[in-house]
Amino acid sequence: MRLLNLLKIAFKAIVLNKTRTLLTMLGIIIGVASVIAMLAIGEGSKESIRSTISSMGSNMVTIRPGADDRGPARGSGGDVQTLIFEDYEKIKEQATLLSHITPVVNGGGQVINGSNNWPSTIFGVNPEYLEIKAVGLQSGSMFTDTEVKTASKVALIGQTVVENVFPDGQEPVGQMIRFNNIPFKVIGVLEEKGENTFGQDQDDIVIAPYTTVQKRILAIDYLNQIMASAVSEEDASEAVEQVTEILRTQHKLMDNEDDDFTVRSMEELISTFSSTSEMLTVLLVAVAGISLLIGGIGIMNIMYVSVKERTKEIGLRMAVGGKGSDILMQFLIEAILISITGGLLGVILGLGATVFIENFLNWPTSVALYSIVISFAVCALTGIFFGWYPARKASALDPITALRYE
Amino acid sequence: MSKEIIKIENLKREFIMGSETVHALKGISFDIKEGEFVTIMGSSGSGKSTLLNILGCLDNPTSGSYEIDGVKMKDLTKNQLATIRNEKIGFIFQSYNLLARTSALENVELPLFYNSKVSSEERRERAIKALKMVGLEDRMDHTPSQLSGGQQQRVAIARSLVNNPVMILADEATGNLDTRTSYEIMSLFQELNKQGITITFVTHEPDIATFSSRTIVLKDGNIIQDKLNNDVQSASVELAKLPKEDH
Repeated sequence: MRLLNLLKIAFKAIVLNKTRTLLTMLGIIIGVASVIAMLAIGEGSKESIRSTISSMGSNMVTIRPGADDRGPARGSGGDVQTLIFEDYEKIKEQATLLSHITPVVNGGGQVINGSNNWPSTIFGVNPEYLEIKAVGLQSGSMFTDTEVKTASKVALIGQTVVENVFPDGQEPVGQMIRFNNIPFKVIGVLEEKGENTFGQDQDDIVIAPYTTVQKRILAIDYLNQIMASAVSEEDASEAVEQVTEILRTQHKLMDNEDDDFTVRSMEELISTFSSTSEMLTVLLVAVAGISLLIGGIGIMNIMYVSVKERTKEIGLRMAVGGKGSDILMQFLIEAILISITGGLLGVILGLGATVFIENFLNWPTSVALYSIVISFAVCALTGIFFGWYPARKASALDPITALRYE
Repeated sequence: MSKEIIKIENLKREFIMGSETVHALKGISFDIKEGEFVTIMGSSGSGKSTLLNILGCLDNPTSGSYEIDGVKMKDLTKNQLATIRNEKIGFIFQSYNLLARTSALENVELPLFYNSKVSSEERRERAIKALKMVGLEDRMDHTPSQLSGGQQQRVAIARSLVNNPVMILADEATGNLDTRTSYEIMSLFQELNKQGITITFVTHEPDIATFSSRTIVLKDGNIIQDKLNNDVQSASVELAKLPKEDH
């Protein structure tokens, strides 16, 4: 009852000073709107990274030789030769959380068809590669396990390769191409996948049985990597652990020795690349947060002036029975109402800005519910925090002096 | 014998101003009984304002006792004093002290906002009733700037009546008004007094005092005169005697 009365009093005071209230709110409105819009941009870019990475192969787990090379000056894992075919066999045999697995050897070279040639990369894999990378066939078929066993010279090519070595639009399936002068029969064309997040053309690729690539092109007996897919996305991180265990045993590593390989799930890859955009988000939000702070100071400023200006009114309210706590609450509620209303308008403006950014600037955005909740909560807190001091000042007034204040 | 609304005994109030102690009230005693219309007079510096503040429960005496409606004021906390002000006293000020840009009705409702026992319907009803008592029932939606000085003071009087106080405390309530309007207001006070409302009126105008039933005169913190007025003038009669306004 008492609170309701105070709410009514505060509401009236706000309505009586519409323009001033609106101007005071402006800081909060802009602050909240920018927090929401900035977070939406941050979340949006994070999500677009996530979806592109996921499109590179769902649940994918990659095993590379060499220690984690995310640190500086460790050298690329590519030239380390610690990953061998027996590792692949062991993992295939023991890892229960993996549904598909393929050894991978890869190397660069020239794809030649008659007078057309094109630099590309050849990947030696097994037929499960398609499932792991989540890539389909546009035409033709995948090579078989038998063809892997016999190291057949068959290949599948991606769209970019098709465009460059078959520029006349002839059907590549059934044609012969040469990769580094080794002839391959094209038995299939991969579906177009486009560029990945990092600008790599995923269609600039030649796929052949790993045995063929290993022996006939690269002449190596180790693997460049092992690709696998986890049973499900949730199992990916556990699968990483499982594979790590298997490989440590296989490589006979002591407890105090570091892994001589790196197992990573897509999830980890996503988080690695998301961290950049997260950093950006933090920066954006920090800037937006500062404007929210300034908005809060605006509230304090206005409330402070308002207390001065309404000293006589405060005196009167005290004379007719308003307690110090009533006055405190009145001004506090006023500040909170201003900041919450400002917050509400800010949310609306922020959502509007997000729609604008999405449609007119074509930036990916994604409004997270938490950004609305947080900025709104911050608003209420701003109101309490910055309203407290002036409200406290008002409630501490001596009714006699307040009444006589001119 | 009627009930004592106010009972003051050996009331002292001292202010410490730097190294000096100012004795604003030097031990005064008096009672005000229910239904009395008392004017407190005195020149500035007589302790009038200090007495008013204590009577209005805005200030506590240094020593001595003050009882209002049987409640001892001494040692009450600020919040308890606020409750007393809300429930027992109706304030009227020289400068009306109405809330600007707020309707007469809402101004009158104000004290009841601080009384959580009163529902919003009752609050409205009582405010309307109080405005009727001061003859402003057709001006309820007007804001102070749309009202004349006399009307504004009537709103203030309605506001002081709305919480059914045991005493109305008026501080130079006619100080800002011309003679005619002053008499109108005084006639309203006399009417309210006839209905049994106790009124304490602080003023420095001797003619105003002639409308009250008792006059207390203060000087230098002491009561120098406290006499019953056997010849109470009727403000409405005096009002009729005033020359008609030109316009």
